[in-house]
Amino acid sequence: MVVFEKPKSLTDVSMHYCPGCTHGIIHRLVAEVIDELGIEGKTIGIAPVGCSVLAYNYFRCDMIEAAHGRAPAVATGVKRSLPENIVFTYQGDGDLASIGTAETVHAAARNENITIIFINNAIYGMTGGQMAPTSLPGQVTQTSPYGRDVTQCGYPVKVCEMLSQLDGPEYLERVTVNNVKNIRNAKRAIKKAFQNQVEGKGFSLVEVLSSCPTNWGMTPQKALEWIDEKMIPYYPLGVYKDRSANKEAKA
Amino acid sequence: MAKLTFKSDDCKGCGLCVDACPKKVLALSKDKINKKGHHPIEAVKPDDCIGCAFCATMCPDCIITVER
Ligand SMILES: Cc1ncc(C[n+]2csc(CCOP(=O)(O)OP(=O)(O)O)c2C)c(N)n1
Ligand code: SF4
Ligand code: SF4
Ligand code: SF4
Repeated sequence: MVVFEKPKSLTDVSMHYCPGCTHGIIHRLVAEVIDELGIEGKTIGIAPVGCSVLAYNYFRCDMIEAAHGRAPAVATGVKRSLPENIVFTYQGDGDLASIGTAETVHAAARNENITIIFINNAIYGMTGGQMAPTSLPGQVTQTSPYGRDVTQCGYPVKVCEMLSQLDGPEYLERVTVNNVKNIRNAKRAIKKAFQNQVEGKGFSLVEVLSSCPTNWGMTPQKALEWIDEKMIPYYPLGVYKDRSANKEAKA
Repeated sequence: MAKLTFKSDDCKGCGLCVDACPKKVLALSKDKINKKGHHPIEAVKPDDCIGCAFCATMCPDCIITVER
């Protein structure tokens, strides 16, 4: 009996990500969920600009490449014109929380019935490790060689906390993939974010704390520890909004 | 006994699966280099494998298939 194999919704193409980069784990979880929900034939993915710009080579479903940060706007258009299809975006923090902040916030405020997989690795990976809006206070990057100075650069954007202030979104949760237990939990959250769309519940975003060993200047192993030691204390894991669960609890 | 299969040509030698294995079944090859230029994963104690798939769960590149 096969206990584990590559999900059908991933192509046979070898991914370009750096060794040990957790983008690959998150791609796999999305593909496993698409397989399990049996929605491969009607799923449309929107790829971002960032390291995952080539995601369209890896998912077996239809894919569209959006301009930098505009994936939620593209997803809005696709979902509204093809409401029977399942539409997801896969976006990094530079894409979603910097150049695409407006698209993100307004798609959430409108409660668009789309699924967003948000990869927070606290850095601009693709362009060589510049500071992102999500870089931690004191974090050394190519553009903050003495560490992020909050008096100059302000504070990190906490996307789940920020969006939870809106009445619009249905479901917001932050997870990570730095060990087997957390990977299983991340898959549960991603599945819920897709299931919500199937049930017409609305805007569902899962923020995944992810590693960038290359630009953090660490081994893949050390990078996973860094998520525990530095990222989770600043970006606590958990559910930030779950409107249906709240309604059920009140009823 | 569990059975492991590796897509060795695409392994990136990151070692995340090695650390995840509770039975210390896996190691990066010391003498082989794959076409990507990495030391690929190998089962050094295949008989100890319990088929838990922790290794495959951690692998970012779906290199490992686990059967039981
Ligand atoms: C309009 C525009 N502005 C800037 C860029 C340069 N650029 C490419 S990727 C990127 C940020 C990527 O970071 P992130 O979204 O965090 O993804 P990661 O690479 O870390 O996965 C930037 C600024 C661009 N391609 N297009
Ligand atoms: S640069 Fe960072 S985020 Fe991009 S593939 Fe490499 S490790 Fe992953
Ligand atoms: S299946 Fe479990 S025991 Fe076997 S190699 Fe993988 S982690 Fe180790
Ligand atoms: S985790 Fe995957 S890519 Fe990394 S060494 Fe193990 S098999 Fe190779």
